[in-house]
Amino acid sequence: MKHAVTLTVNGERVEREVEPRLLLSDFLRHELGLTGTHVGCEHGVCGCCTILVDGAAARSCLMLAVQADGVELRTIEGLAEGEELHPVQAAFREAHGLQCGFCTPGFVLAITAFLEESETVDLSDGAIREAIAGNLCRCTGYQNIVEAVRIAARAMGKASA
Amino acid sequence: MTGAAGRVIGRSVARNEDERLLRGRGMYVDDVRAPDALHVAFLRSPVAHARIRVLDVSAARAHPGVTAVWTHADLGEHAEPLPLLFPHEHLPHPKTQQPLAVDEVDFVGQPIAMVIAENRYTAEDAVELIELDLEDLPAVVDYEAAVDQGPLVHADLPTNVAADGTWTVGDPDRAFAEAEIVVRHRFVCERSSSMPMEPRAVLARLDPGTGSLTVWDTTQCVLPVRSALVAKLGLPEDLLHVIAPDVGGGFGLKGYLLYPEELLVPLAALRLRAAVRWNEDRREHFLASNHQRGQAHTIELAATRDGVITGLRDDFVQDQGAFIAYGLITPWIAASHVAGSYRIPNVSVRYRCVYTNKVSVSPMRGVGRPQSSFALERAVDLLAHELGLDRAELRRRNLVQPEDFPYAREGLFFAGYPVVLDSGDYPKALELALDAIGYDGFAAEQALERERGRYLGLGLACYVEGTGEGPYEGARVYVQPTSGKVQVTTGLTTQGQSHATTFAQIAADVLGLEPDQVQIEEGNTAAFGFGAGTFGSRAIVNCANAISLAALEVRDKALRYAANMLEAAAEDLEVGGGMIHVRGVPERSVSLREIAIAVNPIRYTTLDPSTAGVERFAPARTWSGFERGDGPLLEGSAFWAPSSTTWSNGVHAAIVEVDPGTGDVRYLRYVVVHDCGVMVNPAIVNGQIHGGVAQGVANSFFERMVYDETGQHRNASFLDFLMPYATEVPSIEIHHLETPSPLNPLGIKGAGEGGSISPPAVTAAAIEDALAPFGVHVDEAPLDPQRVRALIAAAPGGAA
Ligand code: FES
Ligand code: FES
Repeated sequence: MKHAVTLTVNGERVEREVEPRLLLSDFLRHELGLTGTHVGCEHGVCGCCTILVDGAAARSCLMLAVQADGVELRTIEGLAEGEELHPVQAAFREAHGLQCGFCTPGFVLAITAFLEESETVDLSDGAIREAIAGNLCRCTGYQNIVEAVRIAARAMGKASA
Repeated sequence: MTGAAGRVIGRSVARNEDERLLRGRGMYVDDVRAPDALHVAFLRSPVAHARIRVLDVSAARAHPGVTAVWTHADLGEHAEPLPLLFPHEHLPHPKTQQPLAVDEVDFVGQPIAMVIAENRYTAEDAVELIELDLEDLPAVVDYEAAVDQGPLVHADLPTNVAADGTWTVGDPDRAFAEAEIVVRHRFVCERSSSMPMEPRAVLARLDPGTGSLTVWDTTQCVLPVRSALVAKLGLPEDLLHVIAPDVGGGFGLKGYLLYPEELLVPLAALRLRAAVRWNEDRREHFLASNHQRGQAHTIELAATRDGVITGLRDDFVQDQGAFIAYGLITPWIAASHVAGSYRIPNVSVRYRCVYTNKVSVSPMRGVGRPQSSFALERAVDLLAHELGLDRAELRRRNLVQPEDFPYAREGLFFAGYPVVLDSGDYPKALELALDAIGYDGFAAEQALERERGRYLGLGLACYVEGTGEGPYEGARVYVQPTSGKVQVTTGLTTQGQSHATTFAQIAADVLGLEPDQVQIEEGNTAAFGFGAGTFGSRAIVNCANAISLAALEVRDKALRYAANMLEAAAEDLEVGGGMIHVRGVPERSVSLREIAIAVNPIRYTTLDPSTAGVERFAPARTWSGFERGDGPLLEGSAFWAPSSTTWSNGVHAAIVEVDPGTGDVRYLRYVVVHDCGVMVNPAIVNGQIHGGVAQGVANSFFERMVYDETGQHRNASFLDFLMPYATEVPSIEIHHLETPSPLNPLGIKGAGEGGSISPPAVTAAAIEDALAPFGVHVDEAPLDPQRVRALIAAAPGGAA
């Protein structure tokens, strides 16, 4: 039995019929072809599948597609405005915050949500590390991701708390 | 002729690959569109050791949406064990895995049956319908005990010891007989895994029209996989293509050849004349993708009273898991590095690989280096303690000196080459590390903090890293006609090493371009047909030198043609900014693009009028035929085969704080001194070090594969396997030395694995130093808070 879902993905309205057990991550990747959302564990720990659900970071492997009915999603494909990279994306490039790139979309979206959340951010090493401690990366040792957060915060005009 | 451009090598340019990856436009195997593909799920062994009594797949076959279900009985000739890659006389009892288990299972996760269905959900449903009845056999879990007692993993072998060999340098027996002091201890490193964020995946598609098979694979080695599949499947090279598109981390695990799935999925595509895909889930990755690290070393050092180390004996045992397709690669790399950065003239190292009922081990970043370095560096600390000598001073007295290079260790081999350390300045590296960590002032600070109830400790370790093994890699460099883009093609793959940038820097440096004007194509056997792959810190050494030679050929040709076109002497020309111009007369210039157009007699000026511009130059050729067999294109090809291996080196030093109450350990400082010869891109080298240290830190305090006494894997998920987050990995302070290697024109050495080598030794030493008031000794890695507390409780000063 399939269920109808209607949602907004990267600003576009999407209507589909889905199996009740279809994961949101699979829905994005396979039904919508948005393969920038990666799947690293399917049990909610690695953060590779992080997307923005109504502006808040969420793990798409822990949601079913049917649960996304009526929500607004943003994936990595919808983050940059045209030619211009989003400041978080640009900061990753500047700081060499990615190597294989598999964890990167999840980090970028989690950090975007974190930076967009408040006017001021604590940019100490410890605070940034806490803020990104929901995502795993095996390549970078995190150090340059921490630096990318700092660069992005400045570019987004966040005052240091 | 001179190159006028500023050097591109050595600059931390931003990466060419980033924009695409940051926009979510990466193309990993699971991203390759194949809506018509059938999906595979495996029935895997739920137990570590058992005889298969009943395996009935009829209900699964009958399940709606299922195309096929295979057991070993369906595989025909492919039921045979997978190949043994490196047979050797020290490996008298080799066993390799059958693609699907036959009669017996030997580890939890071993594939038994393969379901091919319309989607993964249905395939997994059908796996549930397979009837499997197993008769348990005793599981071999403790590899040290399994050397000479208990049950056998493979009943048809006389022993669990698959391999047993010894390498000797000098006369160790005499060194020990004459020693003024001998220390001896056992040091253990536990099993972990490479654990890339992207699990493995294979997609294979048969083109029914041409009969060609294309395989997308998360492998580090496309060409060896193609060779293996050509041999197994009986297709010729021109009908079998292997593509590794973007790969989400490998760290050695994806360099294994072959995993069963890498044969079975292409076989299914061939037989079913369809597209077939398998994506490993994380649980499968834990259970059935190879592990590494598990080794127990009993090491002895012989020395004089004034601290000159005269001999080393190491006897180590490796937890091999159930099969040994990679032969002795891991123990050999451990053995080749056992004397580290020190001038130890007499060495004996015995290695044994012992079968256990666990998934096999194969090389993982660092391979055997972290383990033998752990044993060596811990033994050096122990010797310093016994001698009452400062541990930095003891190291200082024994380091290989700059004038000792090339320093040979006759009798040890790395990657088949005799061990000859090629260059470096080990004493300078040590002094730099001591200085950076504040070694001299630390004791006072430590004493002060102890009075305040804080337990600080300092750890120190030196390492060498054999890199750049051959046999060779190659490259083709050409200037695309009409667009003028420079394209470089190699036989390698990339899993995050930044080849699209560093390799571009090499070509750009020769051709006077910026790195973003060079495109790198890799991971496609149809594009470049010869090479080994990306592993063993070898890619940059081999491939950068090949690219450099190929680009020089392009430059020579370009200069020759430019001289004709500009009617100038080649000696008067300069290369830079994508142009060749007459020295001192910048307006008399021709671009690489214009040369590429001009050398091709076939020119579609009506399609692309911009190409007509080259008519303003004199002809590129002085006669109408092709000179020197050059052909109509601006290209060069070259291979680089190293004469020996390049040895990077470094020193790590860390300060940790231990909470004796909770057993918690926190890094306060982590310093790396690193020498990998000439750096192509320092920011990328730093990234490699950061990642390597993070994996080493994981092996020091977090990650272990937990098996119970029945061989069940107890922590096969990210919830239970403690992979470090940003909150656990320290911030790393890096200092570079750049001693060029004399072994290749660019002076490069490899940098991929160095970071992972020293952290276990450094962390253990620092914890031991912090807990010195309790008399704690650390001889295992990783520790965790419980173990730290247990060590304190068991130590002489612990009960107090
Ligand atoms: S894939 Fe969703 S958290 Fe790992
Ligand atoms: S960049 Fe490879 S996992 Fe983070």
